[in-house]
Amino acid sequence: MITALIDPTFDSWLKKARELLQGGVYPEQIDWVDATREASLLQEGPIRPKHDAPAVKVPSDFVQLAETVCAHRDERRFAVLYRLLHRLTLGGERHLLKHPSDPDTRQCQIWAKAVGRDIHKMHAFVRFRLIGTDEPTGREQFVAWFEPEHRIVKLACPFFQKRFANMDWSILTPDECAIWDGETLAYLPGVSRLEAPPADAHDDLWRTYYRSVFNPARLKVQAMQSEMPVKYWKNLPEAQIIPSLIAGSDQRVQRMLSSPERPLKPAPDNAYLHSLKTRRANPSVSETHSPTH
Amino acid sequence: MELMRKLEILADAAKYDASCASSGAQRKDSRTGKGVGSTGGMGICHSYTPDGRCVSLLKVLLTNSCLYDCHYCINRRSSDVQRARFTPEEVVQLTLDFYKRNYIEGLFLSSGIVRNADHTMEQVIEVARQLREVHDFRGYIHLKTIPEASQALIDKAGTYADRISINIELPTQASLDQLAPEKNIANTKVAMNGIRARIDEVQDARKQARRIMGRPRAKPPTFATGQSTQMIVGADTSSDSVVLHRADELYRDHRLRRVYYGGFSPIPAPSVILPIKPPPLVREHRLYQADWLLRFYGFGVSELVPQSHPDLDLELDPKLSWALRNRALFPVDINRAPRDLLWRVPGLGTVNVERILSARRFSRLHLADLQRMRVSLKKVMPFIMTADHRPRVATLENDHLRLQFLPGPRQLEFDFNPKASATAADALMVRSGQL
Ligand code: SF4
Repeated sequence: MITALIDPTFDSWLKKARELLQGGVYPEQIDWVDATREASLLQEGPIRPKHDAPAVKVPSDFVQLAETVCAHRDERRFAVLYRLLHRLTLGGERHLLKHPSDPDTRQCQIWAKAVGRDIHKMHAFVRFRLIGTDEPTGREQFVAWFEPEHRIVKLACPFFQKRFANMDWSILTPDECAIWDGETLAYLPGVSRLEAPPADAHDDLWRTYYRSVFNPARLKVQAMQSEMPVKYWKNLPEAQIIPSLIAGSDQRVQRMLSSPERPLKPAPDNAYLHSLKTRRANPSVSETHSPTH
Repeated sequence: MELMRKLEILADAAKYDASCASSGAQRKDSRTGKGVGSTGGMGICHSYTPDGRCVSLLKVLLTNSCLYDCHYCINRRSSDVQRARFTPEEVVQLTLDFYKRNYIEGLFLSSGIVRNADHTMEQVIEVARQLREVHDFRGYIHLKTIPEASQALIDKAGTYADRISINIELPTQASLDQLAPEKNIANTKVAMNGIRARIDEVQDARKQARRIMGRPRAKPPTFATGQSTQMIVGADTSSDSVVLHRADELYRDHRLRRVYYGGFSPIPAPSVILPIKPPPLVREHRLYQADWLLRFYGFGVSELVPQSHPDLDLELDPKLSWALRNRALFPVDINRAPRDLLWRVPGLGTVNVERILSARRFSRLHLADLQRMRVSLKKVMPFIMTADHRPRVATLENDHLRLQFLPGPRQLEFDFNPKASATAADALMVRSGQL
């Protein structure tokens, strides 16, 4: 058995996986260990590269998949990825990734999908808070706190760089923080929630908007929750008022239904309204495409 | 009036418009500019309200004063809601403030009609102009246009917006005459054609600009990349067949990106002409499913709503209803059938069809393979053959096959008939009929 000690990151895994593959090591012989957790207790076994073996080429679509999968928190991911890689290359199953009912391929696709979804939700649910303006440059400075489900900060943040290139921002998370100053996107270790600013003056306006666009006559709480799971709520300013919106909706609908019907008001004497009567487009032209029913 | 109160009124006034998409825009971002914003690729829903709807854009009216009298609308001139008006600067500031906090993808601006169509359009365009030209805003802008506005103004709106739309509102002129007397379907179609021509023209020009080699690249013109519309469902008596034929026409002849179906929703100040009813949520959902089948699965309108069935089955999804009416085509052989036949199998989506096509190149597929692709076996089994499965002929011929797919008894209690007059209790029941 070989113990493969790695940081739980894509780069670290890929480097080690290449070495092992070059050494012709079989997936069953490897114990993948997160060095940041159990490092002190374990010693890495030696890998003897086979000097005569030709260099193994790792296919690029696998590399892409592996980068996403590595961000997942499932502890089995490194082992399954290596098995997939081994089968793809030394095992000769070159079309494996195109085989959607293969259990290893399928598992990696499921993980990749979960990570992709988490990235998408991070793009959606990060909320920036204004903390000030940088005097010399006049750039506004924003800070956000977010708790992603997977280790996706590096995969998710280039999006914010493109979108908010002209403001300074940091996104703090328990795993890793991203900081943009207009020139470089830097990554620092994770911090605690206490480091993040608690609220923004605009949260109230935002909640007002959220309350006003809600239609109480179409309550569908499950539909909301499947797209915006409760685990994200604690960091969304608008989520605070969800319970009261739901609780008050019955009454609002009752009020609408019992509200008296309003009489018609005559059209005002407006030149434009008069002109509408004569400006109807020629119906024979427009109805040439009329639906056939 | 203070800003918060205006926001309350003018967001409430805009919420009955179902469209909120922010996808399909030209790729652009803030790195080469002075402001904020990016678009391109998938749209993002930044939040969801308890009605299950996505919050993607700041969707407001510039004003809810209106000369028209559309009886389904809270803003019609006969309504007694409180009126408010944003200044263009206020909307611009709100959009930027919300955008920088990552609350939204951009702005969806519409307006009640004041003075006349051109005047109203000018106000709406001014907001978009300031966002783009003064603040170099590169987020998403969707502008609602008025069919009676001049072509020059509609063109101008299109140069600032990523998407423009005109609501068709109701599927026939007869219904409009009754419920939205100022609106005219012929005018709307003429305006949609005008927009379509500009979209095509600009896309051609962009292609040519890309083709010019060896010369400094001419800056291609910019124009909205698509138009969409909304049809209100359940306010008039049009059948699903009428609604879907109209939608199909809009997709084919006017190349709309999206038709939204907005179930007519109770409003706080109902009109004598149009008593309120519970929103036809299930019908709306079935229409979206049928719309999807029209656009992505190769179905024709008359297959989904044949003359014998002018309305969609509320209890079953439209593909399943179609399959039950066309049992002779089944079972379909998963290992042999071409793509367009696989698309027609109830329970198989386009993604799974691609997976099947890919997987069957390597081995003959068994039920277990489908299960690993997360296909619902219960739903597909009566309609397919695999290496280890063949439905008994009797199953397909059995009259009870339909019953097997009906929802559980609890949901059957609901009265979904949208044309029945409803009590308050009905309304509450329908509201909880989640899909
Ligand atoms: S034109 Fe009709 S639908 Fe639009 S705001 Fe006025 S009344 Fe409402």
